[in-house]
Amino acid sequence: TMSGRVIVGVKRVIDYAVKVILFCCCNRPIYVLIFYPVVTHLTLCLLANVSQLTPGDCCTRETIRTALAMGADRGIHVEVTGKDYETLGPLQISKILAALAKKEDAQLVILGKQAIDDDCNQTGQMTAALLDWPQGTFASEVTLEGDKIKVVREIDGGLETIKINTPAVVTADLRLNTPRYATLPNIMKAKKKKIASMKPADLGVDLTSRLEVLSVEEPPQRQAGVKVETVADLVAKLKELGRI
Amino acid sequence: SRVPLMKTTCWAEHITPQLYTALHRRTCSSVSTSRITTHYTIHPRDKDPRWEGVEMDRFVDEADVVIVGGGPAGLSAAIRLKQLANKHEKELRVCLVEKASQIGAHTLSGACLEPTAVFELFPDWKERGAPLNTSVTEDVFSILTETRRIPVPMLPGLPMRNHGNYIVKLGNVVRWLGEQAEELGVELYPGYAAAEVLFHDDGSVKGIATNDVGIAKDGSPKDVFERGMELHAKITLFGEGCHGHLAKQLYKHFNLRENCEPQTYAIGLKELWMIDEKKWRPGRVEHSVGWPLNRNTYGGSFLYHLNEGEPLVALGFVVGLDYTNPYLNPFREFQRWKHHPFVARTLEGGHRIGYGARALNEGGFQSIPKLTFPGGLLIGCSPGFMNVPKIKGTHTAMKSGMLAAEAVFPKVTAESVDSETAGLHVPEYAEALKNSWVWKELYAVRNIRPSFHNYFGMRSPYLSREHPHFVTGCARSVSGLDADQLKPAKDCTPIEYPKPDGKISFDLLSSVALSGTNHEGDQPPHLTLKNDDVPVSRNLAIYDGPEQRFCPAGVYEYVPLETGDGMRLQINAQNCVHCKTCDIKDPSQNINWVVPEGGGGPAYNGL
Repeated sequence: TMSGRVIVGVKRVIDYAVKVILFCCCNRPIYVLIFYPVVTHLTLCLLANVSQLTPGDCCTRETIRTALAMGADRGIHVEVTGKDYETLGPLQISKILAALAKKEDAQLVILGKQAIDDDCNQTGQMTAALLDWPQGTFASEVTLEGDKIKVVREIDGGLETIKINTPAVVTADLRLNTPRYATLPNIMKAKKKKIASMKPADLGVDLTSRLEVLSVEEPPQRQAGVKVETVADLVAKLKELGRI
Repeated sequence: SRVPLMKTTCWAEHITPQLYTALHRRTCSSVSTSRITTHYTIHPRDKDPRWEGVEMDRFVDEADVVIVGGGPAGLSAAIRLKQLANKHEKELRVCLVEKASQIGAHTLSGACLEPTAVFELFPDWKERGAPLNTSVTEDVFSILTETRRIPVPMLPGLPMRNHGNYIVKLGNVVRWLGEQAEELGVELYPGYAAAEVLFHDDGSVKGIATNDVGIAKDGSPKDVFERGMELHAKITLFGEGCHGHLAKQLYKHFNLRENCEPQTYAIGLKELWMIDEKKWRPGRVEHSVGWPLNRNTYGGSFLYHLNEGEPLVALGFVVGLDYTNPYLNPFREFQRWKHHPFVARTLEGGHRIGYGARALNEGGFQSIPKLTFPGGLLIGCSPGFMNVPKIKGTHTAMKSGMLAAEAVFPKVTAESVDSETAGLHVPEYAEALKNSWVWKELYAVRNIRPSFHNYFGMRSPYLSREHPHFVTGCARSVSGLDADQLKPAKDCTPIEYPKPDGKISFDLLSSVALSGTNHEGDQPPHLTLKNDDVPVSRNLAIYDGPEQRFCPAGVYEYVPLETGDGMRLQINAQNCVHCKTCDIKDPSQNINWVVPEGGGGPAYNGL
């Protein structure tokens, strides 16, 4: 068992079953995989990024409450609004997470490995770098061994096992566990739990973006394939299309 | 015994119906089907060895009023209750459970909203930002033939006229109602389905239990299994919408339908399109009847031009579920209707961004059941207050919710409860409804839909629509259950539907993908069969498997058995869009739709 705080990041993204069309979309929360063997011995904080606090905007708080219902002890909502919200990316999020980890004196930061909306796979790694902490990314198995953590990582070649010191950052792979359901009694209890609100300025974080989005387009429509008779034809066709 | 032609007859649709079904009857009766249905409502868990020792106790909580269903009726009832509580400074705990993951995600409607109920509920609806943005500016009615269009003048006084109404995205209105409800202090719990009605020892309704989670596809408990919770209330309001599954149980349990006609239904399919700006006429309402349906099939279309900033049109097709030809495919009728020159010209150059389907009530006044029982009452489209010729049911659903709240409020906040049963019985609600404009309105149009079944067929509603004063006398009766109307396949002709062109008309599976529907895969299929053998031995044998055609989501498929001889029914439960058509139209009434794990189902965005 480990004593200390664990911070788990929660991001609200689009439902994977919904078709995205550029001018309108639906949201359904995505759940961070929390490994409960560790949770029972720790107090767990929750951070939710991506928020725009408009009157009646209960969406982000709803996501935090669901996470509280799944077993977290406290919720933290870092409110980002306006232009900052639009340019929010992994770098800004990891700055916020790093600041929070220091503020809360956390031993472990657990994040998802890659969100389905931006597909970045960057936040965990950046957070670890900013904190100068070791990182165990794409974790499919996490075990405590004294004051170190053994992480089995899902990598292209198979599985890699590493042992890292704490404090550390771990990013969760799908195979880490099966999330428990947020049952209604827990949702009801979660509604009574307090969610602390703060602004990035309270954490001393600068959210200026280094990126400028030039355009957003749908992927090109899939064209019909072209059959060729010989390899020579194939090479000629590819040259014609400017591919080689 | 195997017949050499067997393989081709299984697949070929051009073989005459008689040959197809005769050969099937010979092979299918000898094949035993492996278990399709694993749901505990069909295979109880107390006799199941896999459930031995599993903790089945449920967490219990109490509220004053529990409302099942977060649609217009349920939310209006919740809002009205809290408005009254605040006005009279009384404490009132109102809990609402909704199976969709978000309020509004399972809402689908045209919709041309008559705003009377919204104005009554919130006189300051505009300040509150109610999404009633598109006033109706043009009202067009047509009778379509295959190539032409006969305009029908919309004279004042006709039920179909939409002057003063709003074209809305009902899902957005419902979402807005949800926000108002939360502000007033209603406890909303989307993502939790009411799976079971609970009863006191005296037989009155005690409340509901939400769905269990973590049951595997084969019906066994998973590691993450958790029981649903029990929500007890002094009274429970059931607002599940058209053909609710708990309402179905309540009708039987309390015999609520003994003095009314059976409910009849239609299926409504809808798409949302972004069209070419040049073709956009905001505020324009178009309805049609006729092609592609024949004289004896009830139905028609709608096409509404929204005015919310973008050139969006909401369009759809309604087919009465009392149709007789098992080869009829409502989805494909919808797709081919879009090719009519009058419709295609609006859609050309546009693209489709949404799809969904839902059953709706057609029975009207004659089909309204007994509405109250000890411990509960029925509101909204569940008992069914739709004005069929107007094709509007939202305003009456909302009003029924409000009337229910007004009748229930004094009883749940009374100092001492003077009730014969533990669950409160509030017959005052039915009385209030009978004295309201809802009743007057439904009574006035009671004979229009039933008159469709006389000699004039589809033309008769025009006679009565044009001259509402001519339709008098006692309420005429409807011809019986929709499920009993199908003729055997051998007596009917298969319908040749055109192939979808991918620009105006589309295939079923890409349409289902647009609904955003999804369910946890590893759970028992929620389309339960009372008898696993009936689909092949009866539905397929006699009616050529009509569920393959009337399901707007491709849930039901008859596939060849792995052994090669005979067919089996495959249920793709994950595709389900919760329209309830199968439960309604199954000629064997063998399909029982129950709630899946809460949160599953379509993800309609303002449909």
